[in-house]
Amino acid sequence: MLLNMGPQHPSTHGVLRLELELDGESIVDCRPEIGYLHTGIEKEFEVKTYQQAVTLTDRVDYLAPLSNNLCYCLAVERLLELEVPPRAQWTRVMLTELTRIASHLVWLGTHAMDVGAMTVFLYCFREREEILRLFEMFSGQRMMTSYFRIGGLALEPPRGWRERVESFIQTIDSHIDEYEDLLTENRIWKQRTRGVGQMALEDLLDWGVTGPMLRAAGLAWDIRKAQPYSGYERFDFEVPVETASDVYARYLVRIAEMRQSARIVRQAMEGMPEGPWKADAPGIVLPDREKMKTQMEALIYHFKIVTEGFRVPAGEVYQAIESPRGELACYVVSDGGPKPFRVHLRTPSFGNLQAVPAMVRGALIADVIAALGSVDFVLGDTDR
Amino acid sequence: MTRTEGMLFEPLSDDPIAAAVHDFDPAAIAGGALARGELTLEIRPEAIVAVCQFLKREQGFVRLSSITGVDRHPAEPRFEVVYHLHSLQPERRLRLKCRLQGEAPEIDSVTPVWRGADWYERETFDLFGVRFRNHPCLRRILLPDDWEGHPLRKDYAITGTRV
Repeated sequence: MLLNMGPQHPSTHGVLRLELELDGESIVDCRPEIGYLHTGIEKEFEVKTYQQAVTLTDRVDYLAPLSNNLCYCLAVERLLELEVPPRAQWTRVMLTELTRIASHLVWLGTHAMDVGAMTVFLYCFREREEILRLFEMFSGQRMMTSYFRIGGLALEPPRGWRERVESFIQTIDSHIDEYEDLLTENRIWKQRTRGVGQMALEDLLDWGVTGPMLRAAGLAWDIRKAQPYSGYERFDFEVPVETASDVYARYLVRIAEMRQSARIVRQAMEGMPEGPWKADAPGIVLPDREKMKTQMEALIYHFKIVTEGFRVPAGEVYQAIESPRGELACYVVSDGGPKPFRVHLRTPSFGNLQAVPAMVRGALIADVIAALGSVDFVLGDTDR
Repeated sequence: MTRTEGMLFEPLSDDPIAAAVHDFDPAAIAGGALARGELTLEIRPEAIVAVCQFLKREQGFVRLSSITGVDRHPAEPRFEVVYHLHSLQPERRLRLKCRLQGEAPEIDSVTPVWRGADWYERETFDLFGVRFRNHPCLRRILLPDDWEGHPLRKDYAITGTRV
C-alpha cells in the first residue's frame, strides 16, 4: 500500500511529505518529498548587499537564527580579513550556545510529544520562552534576531543582561534534571526509542549526516573542537558521545549537549572581556549614532554603507560551524562587488533528512515517528 | 584561478593532497589555488568520478559536505560545479571544481562514491540545470516538477511578469 505521510502531518514539523510504501504495518520503502518551504533565499542573497543579507540567514533555520547569523558573518569576515574584537566574539559564543539550548528544547518537547509524552513539551517551552526573552532583550526580536553583523554585533549588549543570563543559567541544570526525571528511565520512552532508527556510522557518514546523530554513533566530531571559530578554542567543554546510534542515544547526546552549552555560557559570562563590541572598520561597520550626527566623515560612511554597501575582495570561502543540528556551512563567492555573487548554504537538515529512508526501511510506521523526531530537522533549513 | 597543463604549479606542489591527486592522474588537474587557507583543485569533468573515488578510498575523504553550482554567465565555460569534501582523520577540507560549457551542461554523478551526493546533485540540477549522468533519480527536488527554468542561473529574471 502507498501512504502519504504529510505534508501536513503533525510529526513532520512543518511541511514534509513522506511517501511510504507499506506491507501491512512495516515500511518497504520511504521517499521524502521536500521543497514545500522553498523561498529562494540563495537567489535573494545575490540582490542584497552583504550587510542586508544577514536578515535572510535568520529565516533559514528559524529555531537557531543566531547560529545562521554567525556562520554567514564569519564567512564574510574571512573574505574581508576582518578581525572581530574579543567582547563581540564572547557575546557571539554565549548567545549561540543559548540558541543551542533553545533549539534542543524545542526538539525535546516536540519529539517527546510525538512519542506520547505530553508533559515534557510544557516544561521545555517554559525554559525556551525565557531564552527568547533574553534574545529580545539583546536584539529587540524573539526569533528573527539578526543580532550578529559583519564586524561584530548590531547593538551594544543591553544593561542588566548579566543578571538575566545568570538567573537563567543557574536554574537550567535543575530543569534538565526535571526532563530527565520524566524520560531517561521512563519504561515507555525506552521501549519506544531503544533500538529504533539504528544506523551504522559508515552509513551515516556516507549519507552526509552530521551533528548529534554522528555523535550518538560514537564519532566524537564537533566542529567547535575540530576547527574552532569565534574563539571556541578558549572554552572548556566536552563533546558528549554515545555508541548505540538509536533514537535513545541521540536523546542522551542532545541532553548532555545542553548541559555542556550551559557550561560554555557560564564561562563566556564570567570571562567576558571589556572593550568594543564591533570592529574598528570604517566603511564596513556602521559608525556610532553620536559620531554620525557630529562628524562629517562618519556621516559619509554611514550614507555609503546604507546606500551602496561595501565592496568585498574577490574570492571564495567555505565556513563551517557546529549548529544545533550539525554542520552548517556558508559558501560565499565574491566578485569584488557590494553584493554576494553566490551564497550557498550547506544546511544540516538537508543532509540529515536524506538518511531517513535508509533509517526506517523495514521498521514499523510508529517507529517512523520516533526516527523522524530523532533527526531534528527544520524544514526552513532544508528547503531554504 | 591559475591554469596549468598537466603540471602542478609552484604553490600547490608542496600540498600533499594536490600532489597525491597529481600522482594519481596528472591529466585530471586543470588548475587550483590555495587561498585563505582553503585548497581548491580544478578537475577536468571527465575525471571527476575517478578522482573522487581515489580521494575517498586513499586519502580519507569519507565525507561529502555539499555539492553546488556557480554560474559565471556570460563568461565561458559558464558553469562551475563545486564539491566540498571533508576528511575526519586527519581533519582537513578540500574543494573540487569542474567547469562546464554551454546551455545544457552535463557531468557524471558521484553518487556511486557517496550515496549522500543524491540530493545535492538533484538540487544543483533543479536550480542550475546541470544534468548528472548515471544519477539514480534525477528530478527536481525543491521546485515543482513542472517549473520552467533554473532560478540560480544568472540570466533568470527575479522581477517582472512572465510573458
